[in-house]
Amino acid sequence: MNGIQTDVIAALPEIFVLSMAMFILLVDLFIKPANRIAIFMLAQLTLLGAAFITMTTHVASVTYSFSGMFVDDPMSDVLKLMIYLTTAIVLVYTRTYISLRGMFRGEFYALVLFAVAGMMIMVSGQHFLTLYMGLELLSLCLYALVAMDRDNARAAEAAMKYFVLGALASGMLLYGMSMLYGATGSLNISEVGSSLLNGVQNRPVLILGLVFIVAGLAFKLGAVPFQMWVPDVYEGSPTAVTLFIGSVTKLAAFALVIRLLAQGLFVLAIDWQGMLIIMAVLSIVIGNITAIAQTSLKRMFAYSTISHVGFLLYGIMSASVNGFASAMFYIVSYVLMTLAGFGMILLLSRKGFEADQLDDLKGLNQRNPWYAFLMLITMFSMAGVPPTLGFYAKFAVLQAALQAGMIWLVVFAVLMAVIGAFYYLRIVKIMYFDEPKDKSVIKTTTEMHWVLSLNALALLALGLMPQSLMNLCAYAITLSLS
Amino acid sequence: MTSLPLLSLAIWVPILAGILVLLTGDDKNAKTARWVALAGALIAFAVTIPLYTGFNFTDGGFQFQEGHLWIPSFNIHYHLGADGISVPLILLTSFTTVLVVIAGWEVITKRVAQYMASFLIMSGLMIGVFSALDAILYYVFWEAMLIPMFLVIGIWGGPNRVYATIKFFLYTLLGSLLMLVAFIYLYHQSNSFELVDYYRMPLAMNVQILIFLAFFAAFAVKIPMWPVHTWLPDAHVEAPTGGSVVLAAIALKLGGYSFLRFAMPIAPDAAHYLSGFMITLSLIAVVYIALVALVQQDMKKLIAYSSISHMGFVTLGFFIFSSLGLEGAIVQMISHGFISSAMFLSVGVLYDRMHSRQIADYGGVVNTMPKFAAFAVLFAMANSGLPGTSGFVGEFMVILGALQENFWYAFLASTTLIFGAAYTLWMVKRVFFGDIGNQHVAELVDVNQRELLILSVLAILVIGFGVYPQPITEMTHATVNNFLEHMATTKLPVGI
Repeated sequence: MNGIQTDVIAALPEIFVLSMAMFILLVDLFIKPANRIAIFMLAQLTLLGAAFITMTTHVASVTYSFSGMFVDDPMSDVLKLMIYLTTAIVLVYTRTYISLRGMFRGEFYALVLFAVAGMMIMVSGQHFLTLYMGLELLSLCLYALVAMDRDNARAAEAAMKYFVLGALASGMLLYGMSMLYGATGSLNISEVGSSLLNGVQNRPVLILGLVFIVAGLAFKLGAVPFQMWVPDVYEGSPTAVTLFIGSVTKLAAFALVIRLLAQGLFVLAIDWQGMLIIMAVLSIVIGNITAIAQTSLKRMFAYSTISHVGFLLYGIMSASVNGFASAMFYIVSYVLMTLAGFGMILLLSRKGFEADQLDDLKGLNQRNPWYAFLMLITMFSMAGVPPTLGFYAKFAVLQAALQAGMIWLVVFAVLMAVIGAFYYLRIVKIMYFDEPKDKSVIKTTTEMHWVLSLNALALLALGLMPQSLMNLCAYAITLSLS
Repeated sequence: MTSLPLLSLAIWVPILAGILVLLTGDDKNAKTARWVALAGALIAFAVTIPLYTGFNFTDGGFQFQEGHLWIPSFNIHYHLGADGISVPLILLTSFTTVLVVIAGWEVITKRVAQYMASFLIMSGLMIGVFSALDAILYYVFWEAMLIPMFLVIGIWGGPNRVYATIKFFLYTLLGSLLMLVAFIYLYHQSNSFELVDYYRMPLAMNVQILIFLAFFAAFAVKIPMWPVHTWLPDAHVEAPTGGSVVLAAIALKLGGYSFLRFAMPIAPDAAHYLSGFMITLSLIAVVYIALVALVQQDMKKLIAYSSISHMGFVTLGFFIFSSLGLEGAIVQMISHGFISSAMFLSVGVLYDRMHSRQIADYGGVVNTMPKFAAFAVLFAMANSGLPGTSGFVGEFMVILGALQENFWYAFLASTTLIFGAAYTLWMVKRVFFGDIGNQHVAELVDVNQRELLILSVLAILVIGFGVYPQPITEMTHATVNNFLEHMATTKLPVGI
């Protein structure tokens, strides 16, 4: 087979998504506002089509293309499928919300799909520049999405903050990459990895580059001490966009971490482990303790995300295949939980009313026991109480950290998890023990009702039978990192 | 032996019944919900009876075993089994659930389906705790049980229920997470979560002590032992009657049972090494908490403290490592299940009429409720350990066991016979006897047939096991001997 053909096949899903995004932009010019639902359908079809292409081109081995700049391995395929699935859920959850707020336009879907393409490139990047390109494509779409509610001053402020800090983080990442290039003479991740295996030269430059890379990654993940943007952006963005930023993009950020730290710089594991330990511990402490003081549901979720990132780092800092697979399991579980949590805020929101305060959940059990039950599962899952998926997620990363001998760090993490349980319990308390403040009937679309129900019930079902998801993550990581 | 998966049935029948009750919907169908719940509870009790009839009394190992691979990645099994210690507790659980459903019949009027369902689901989960032989399976049941209990106290509890239920949840969670760390550590040593593998695994002394302390954190909170008992009076007082009954009769036994199932056999040398510490804590609970009970103004609080004091007997019985003490402790667990249920139900009977738990609000109840007073006095006598009631048997066996070990242990433990009588009878005197205290008491109506039924069944059991405790001791005998044999064998690695 000739080279061009191999390259094109490897990148077929990305090419498809990008073409469709542009097609949607074009179609949007000619479509009447009343028929705009077609755009939504088209976006969903794009994700379905991309999933189909990814599935049919899937092989259980690693294929490099574009002169080694691009990789198609099981990890990238699994993560891409997760990205399609979660984006599709995001689109379902957000449709009513954005149409009530004048954001139901072709640009929204085009930007989301461009962001998806950016994430796909990040997931498959095997070269510093590919990764960086994917990251920037994603980030620029996100900045625009945050600012999409044009007349909203808070959204504009959040977008500005996100842009400035995000650009700074990208800059740091790029600076770190340039130093690694200086030290190893290559931008290709496999080559950087093998050149480090042959002996570490220019150690000071390497370590300095590593520090910048880790700082950049921590910014993107939202780990302490680079977490400042998270609560502001979560709170200021339209909830539809917060949902997207808080869930799907974390999958891509995880891929970025694995590509850079586990594949490229694995030889320096001893060095980055120390940095990750500090960030993980601080994230869990600050995330959990600050979350207690919040009255805004969105801010509370923001701090809860920070603490979840801390737990995720426990998996990564174990620096073993077991640890990376556990971290992947954690991030997938986290994304499913976040979708359900924000999905509930979107479901309860109405025209002119954002259900983004804790008090807006008051007495939900009396207003609608089924939605209260779904939120109950989600909250206990986030708190890591069995029999929910969140328990196995915490279990997996903690056992990986314990295997790496970090027993006291694990004990510390579980003590902090008790503090974390408090604010999730408070939500359950508000829903079940308090009297409703707002007695209006909750109205929603059929598809939203079903998707959200399935989403939350999946947390319970996967909690009873977590094996399939664990297998998927172990399969992706073992084949891609060997 | 039948080939039916009896333990799985015992766990899943009540859980499915609970889900069925939830499906009856809101309070418009409350009547259906009650009947479905009662049917579910009765069937769930019926499926546990073959555990007794089919039990092999000479076998000290695990019976009715079921094993399937559940999560292969971590070698986690769905492994169930029961021995002479767990079968009586399983029966107690399914029996108490029937009582709780009947006790909440007319009393609970808001969100009936959710109330009944919570108890049914909780019952299944607790039976799961008593029969799981895989550490993670056990942990899942143990933690999952907190969710319905949290809701029961928080929704149907008293005025200060939110504080109490959050305290209950966080206290318990803290202890159990440390236990989880211990399990993961053991897993990395043995590559298994199977309990029987842990029993065989040699462990160095310092490791054993840490593991024992991690388990201690989880179980001591649950029992509860002094000084981590403070959640219990709050939770008991604020919980609805059914919640208090389940907490006292079963949930407290989870901790005691788990000491026998996990902490002691996995770390036997640490258990011996720390036995002085454990006995001290137990005796403090027995004596000091009994004194605390003496000054309580609130009836439920008084019974809650009396539970802690009685559970001190259980842990004392465990850590003197004699068959008399151990069997006494197990009898005490079962008997306390009946007596504390009866006491809380009695308070419930009064509370439903007067909406007060303060002793001072009563006085002379015997004049208006003579039938009820007869039962209440009987249960109070049993609570203070009167010979001829089940309360006496367990305490007496533990005291005898302690006497063989050390005179002073026995001496301190037997003070409870005095203090127990003092606080219980004093309460009975102030509530039931004397002149009619006030207008409200004068208007009290005696127990109805539903209440009479519950109280009579419990009275028969309390006297029955007091006169003839053999059904429990026969069942536990072989298991206890097995256990003591295991405890006498050191697990320290050879050469250290």
